[in-house]
Amino acid sequence: MSSKIATTGNAGPKVRSDCEIKLELTEKGGIKIDLSSKVKTLYGDSIKDLVKTILKFYKIKDAALTVTDSGALPFVIAARMEAAIMRLMNSDLEYLPDMLKENRYSTTAGRRRFSRLYIPGNNPGMMINAGLHSADGIILDLEDSVAPEKKDEARFLVRNALRQVGFHGAERMVRINQGDAGLKDLHYVVPHNVNLILLPKCENKEQVINVESEIFRISSKHKITVPVYIMPIIESTLGVENSYDIARASKNVVAMAIGLEDYTSDLGVPRTAEGNESFYARTRIIVAAKAAGIQPIDSVFSDVGDMEALRLNVLKSKALGFEGMGCVHPRQVPVINEGFAPDANEIEKSKKIVSAFEDARKNGIGVVALGSKMIDAPVVARAMKTIELAMSLGRLPENWRKEERSEEK
Amino acid sequence: MAVRTVINAAGRSVPVEINGRKAVPFKGVGKHRPRGGKYSPPIPTCNDFPDDGNKVVKSLEEALRKCGLRDGMTISTHHHLRDGDLISNKVFDLASKMGVKDLVWFPSASFPCNDPVIKYLEDGTINRIEGSMNGPLGRFVSDGRMKGTAVLRSHGGRVQAIQDGEVKIDIAVLAAPTCDFFGNAKGTGGNSSCGVLGYAKADSMYASKVIVVTDNLVDVPCYPMEIEGNYVDYVVVVDKIGIPEKIVSGTTQITKSPDRLLIAELTAAFLEKSGILKDGVTMQAGAGGTSLAIAVFVDEILKKKGWKSKFGFGGSTKYMVKMLEEGSMGYILDAQAFDLDAVRSIENNPHHIPYPVFNAYNYHSKGNLTSMMDIMILGATEIDLNFNGNVVTHSDGYLLHGIGGWQNCLHARNVILPVPLFRDRIPVIVDEVTTLCGPGELIDVIITERGIAINPLRKDLIKSLKGSGLPVRTIKELKDEAERICGKPRKAEFEDKIVAAIKWVDGTVIDVVRKIKTK
Repeated sequence: MSSKIATTGNAGPKVRSDCEIKLELTEKGGIKIDLSSKVKTLYGDSIKDLVKTILKFYKIKDAALTVTDSGALPFVIAARMEAAIMRLMNSDLEYLPDMLKENRYSTTAGRRRFSRLYIPGNNPGMMINAGLHSADGIILDLEDSVAPEKKDEARFLVRNALRQVGFHGAERMVRINQGDAGLKDLHYVVPHNVNLILLPKCENKEQVINVESEIFRISSKHKITVPVYIMPIIESTLGVENSYDIARASKNVVAMAIGLEDYTSDLGVPRTAEGNESFYARTRIIVAAKAAGIQPIDSVFSDVGDMEALRLNVLKSKALGFEGMGCVHPRQVPVINEGFAPDANEIEKSKKIVSAFEDARKNGIGVVALGSKMIDAPVVARAMKTIELAMSLGRLPENWRKEERSEEK
Repeated sequence: MAVRTVINAAGRSVPVEINGRKAVPFKGVGKHRPRGGKYSPPIPTCNDFPDDGNKVVKSLEEALRKCGLRDGMTISTHHHLRDGDLISNKVFDLASKMGVKDLVWFPSASFPCNDPVIKYLEDGTINRIEGSMNGPLGRFVSDGRMKGTAVLRSHGGRVQAIQDGEVKIDIAVLAAPTCDFFGNAKGTGGNSSCGVLGYAKADSMYASKVIVVTDNLVDVPCYPMEIEGNYVDYVVVVDKIGIPEKIVSGTTQITKSPDRLLIAELTAAFLEKSGILKDGVTMQAGAGGTSLAIAVFVDEILKKKGWKSKFGFGGSTKYMVKMLEEGSMGYILDAQAFDLDAVRSIENNPHHIPYPVFNAYNYHSKGNLTSMMDIMILGATEIDLNFNGNVVTHSDGYLLHGIGGWQNCLHARNVILPVPLFRDRIPVIVDEVTTLCGPGELIDVIITERGIAINPLRKDLIKSLKGSGLPVRTIKELKDEAERICGKPRKAEFEDKIVAAIKWVDGTVIDVVRKIKTK
């Protein structure tokens, strides 16, 4: 690059938990640091130590650095520094903050994915407590929520967040960009114990295979053994048409989501609350996903102020066959979790069906009946699934049948 | 000249003399028991006042002159008009114009609107402030620029100091939204209604001279009178005592921050699962966004269980008023109204009762309302490993808040501090508080977004939460987590000079604030 000055991060009266780095590589004069910070008394020295360490790591001996800090945590300052340095020079070195031990976990293909919380990839303030809101998954987003000129900064920030922010057991997800930018994104996240990659605007299975191949390359280079799953997001008419192929593109595709803003725009109609315009696409995605044995996931609900409308939307979505929904605000998480979970009625009914089935089996009776009603095998299977889910959510004790019998006695 | 210091019962180094007067070091909670009589102001004679009862004089300046305003006097004001107050500053404008020096300003609290008095601290009109200090005033004091030493007291401690004669008020200037010519005054009515005059009662009874300033003079009697005319020397009528929209907010709002809402939810869950929340519960919560959210969540639990709160203690807000009106709260006892709904409720609802801090918080009172409260929701800038709390300084050492009723409220049965584990990068739970305002033995529970710490002294609460599924952790674990995320903060550095004394509720000195070190 021709310019010798790089500015990264954010500053201003409304900015919190972030910092702005202005770095100029100079010819001589050593390292000059101009620091202004809201937390200067408490952390001024530690901020200076950190930026000096990073400059030394990249063997920079002469630089003029201006740090405008609004209470950024060390992993944020480090990401902003690295982004600034990388704009001014080429290096293969990565300045990696420690990986939290408790962030080293893997997830399973069939795990629950009711709620997944979107966090903009260049907003550190929203990352720090993201893990506390009980979402099944947290998506650090490198795509639409990051401005084009900030993409490089966000990659360092998301990478550092994967290492330093506690996810509290939520599935660790990243939404990458489309095309080559997305393949580049993978290099910043796959080595850092990401569990699932969201692939936006997916239109054909080749896109899935490309991403998967790149994940394999990176995984084998870094000797990563934990699975990295893929959730394609269908956001166009072509994507909808190809959805079954996409769902079956790889065994690592564990869920498929629909994005309705782009889809309705592709369709050339406005998105309405009733959603008649997207009914076909939604049911098509559900059918394709179920046929492929993966989870269909609904689009986000964007009115973050209206929890009742969200609740109704979730119930509609669940009734259609979706098994989860995106969240654009932490307060949506409990509503969505509650909505997709089996309610007391469902659990009660399922308990009766499963009990009747077990009794019939024990007594060697081939036909299961509940009262005067005959029960088919698929109904039993669905009831069993509901029971399993209720137990995993702590809504039903593991030994419910035993308890039930002792009550009868 | 350095003042001799001793180590008080809380282990803090405090002076034995403040502003040339003997000061008693903190002895421990409930240990200090002064003897003798209460302070009494000079005896007036009714013959010296107009037979027709009309005490109106033509201006505040005339009233101050008639009260004999002179150098070194102590002037009290109160903060009911909050950030819309137009009267406190006016008193010192006039004093400066009259060439009076070395006054002591004794407000019940100060607000950003009082920042202009800094120029009177600089030019010697005011020697010192004995009251809360916010924003630029706090900075001025922490930089060591005030001539005298600031004295910070709780709302109750202020009444205690007035009653036992530690502070002798020469002139009380009380702004009142409604007043009659005899001096009977109340907090409602007119264009500057603030709802309640919960902080002015002691001033009116114990000051040598009392001036009531109003912009809404009504015929006798102004009823119900919160300030009684028989304590009042002069009445002044002005165009405007305050800026209405800054006196009460149009509407108070629960927090929108998802993290604060999480803390509020956890607090409500704690109150329910610990068994503290019960039918007939009594509670106080402030007007901060998190406290309001807690009130809303608690209300939901009460309704779900069919329970009712016997009474709540204000400051009142629309959320408390809603509970009162919907029947989930029996009464509101109120020292101040924070929003328009609260003001409307005080004016119309006989179960919404003005209740001065004189009765609720005072160390020299025959019992206190606060010790009868089941649930007390409070904040803090810092809490340490011994559960000690700080509300007056930030971790960078600057004096930035008043004590308010915080110390007094610590005497409730269950004192709960819902706080974030860190604010931006600044940990709230620390090794040792920068300034000690409340001893840890009175603070029961800390609730953060990352877990709940219960004071080991409260074995009953620890037991009640066994198997509750709530994230109970030790305070050390919470502190370690904050430092793991934020890094270990460096302590603020101070010079020797004492810029402010922090009084405990009984008038003893629990800690001091020293001048910020300048390199």
